[in-house]
Amino acid sequence: MQEAENRLRALFVAGLDGDQHAYRGFLEALARHLRGYLRRRIPQHRDDVEDLVQEILLAVHNARHTYRMDEPLTAWLHAIARYKLMDFFRSRARRDSLNDPLDDHAEFLAVADDEPAQARHDIGKLLEDLPDKQRLPIMHMKLQGLSVTETARITGLSESAVKVGVHRGLKALAARIRGLK
Amino acid sequence: MKTDDLIGLLSNQVTRVDRGAVARRFTKALLLGALGSVVLMSIVFGVRPDLSIVARTPVFWAKLAYPLVIAIGALTVVTRLGHPGARGGQAWLLVGLPFVAVWLAGAVVLEAAAPGERLPTLLGHTWRTCPFNIVLLSAPTFPAVFWAMKSLAPTQPRRAGAVAGLLASAIATVAYCLHCPEMSPAFWSVWYAIGMILPAGIGAWLGPKLLRW
Repeated sequence: MQEAENRLRALFVAGLDGDQHAYRGFLEALARHLRGYLRRRIPQHRDDVEDLVQEILLAVHNARHTYRMDEPLTAWLHAIARYKLMDFFRSRARRDSLNDPLDDHAEFLAVADDEPAQARHDIGKLLEDLPDKQRLPIMHMKLQGLSVTETARITGLSESAVKVGVHRGLKALAARIRGLK
Repeated sequence: MKTDDLIGLLSNQVTRVDRGAVARRFTKALLLGALGSVVLMSIVFGVRPDLSIVARTPVFWAKLAYPLVIAIGALTVVTRLGHPGARGGQAWLLVGLPFVAVWLAGAVVLEAAAPGERLPTLLGHTWRTCPFNIVLLSAPTFPAVFWAMKSLAPTQPRRAGAVAGLLASAIATVAYCLHCPEMSPAFWSVWYAIGMILPAGIGAWLGPKLLRW
């Protein structure tokens, strides 16, 4: 478990400094762990697992500045996953809502699952509905992989507006996913 | 969108995280909010005319320290609650201690007072309005604090909302101290406390709505 923590943390911290390859590696590993975690946590809602994986990945990304270097990354990730899982239970308003998903950090990274299922919500569609100021920077930078400077030139926005657009757009995306439930 | 595509979207051209952004946003929010409360206080209630005289008495500073220490404690707790996995920890003591200290001081004052003087000491001259005045002065700080909190990621939104509300009202109370003529800890221990706790209750109510992420 300590090994998973160290490996994930190294990738994540490099990602905080703007290393996109490390960050990608982090998200891929996290997605596998989340899948394993959620398939054990909510075996009765298998169809919702991939949606939750995506929602938690987006939440982790949007909150990545709240990770404090002196804390274990696993505890931080686990708190976010639990928060989204509670939200899921609440929105279902099923008997599950009485179950606080109490489990410990050690268990959180225990299982990895490499078989993604089909997500039911299409984040791509939600993306298309965002206002241009947010959608265009995300399309150019995040989907086509252009730099901030190139994106600014194409869209006619300033570089800081491009960064703000991506940031707000991804937060708005998370809000829209919440709105689906 | 497949999970793999989402991962590509999130990681592509990922920018370096600005570690000072949260602190800057809180500084801006708290300064503007506090300024708003002071301006509102001076327009609606007016600065007490003898401020320069009472400012030389220790009891005035003790009164100011009461909400100020609560504000510092609440700020510490609320920013911790905004970081997933962190708990309020010992900063809760900083929130609770001023209440306890003023309650004790109030009890001592009442104990020493003549029986017929106790109720007038407790009620002062402004007990009817004091809590609501503090709530009114929280109007600028409350949205400011919640706006700042939106830059964090509270996983317990109700608790975070309550402490955010307390932070807003504690700052407002500091501003109110510049007007309020009451100088007895017995008075502060009840009416200031109610004034600070009401916005905390509103914060607890609104937290799950406003702080979702």
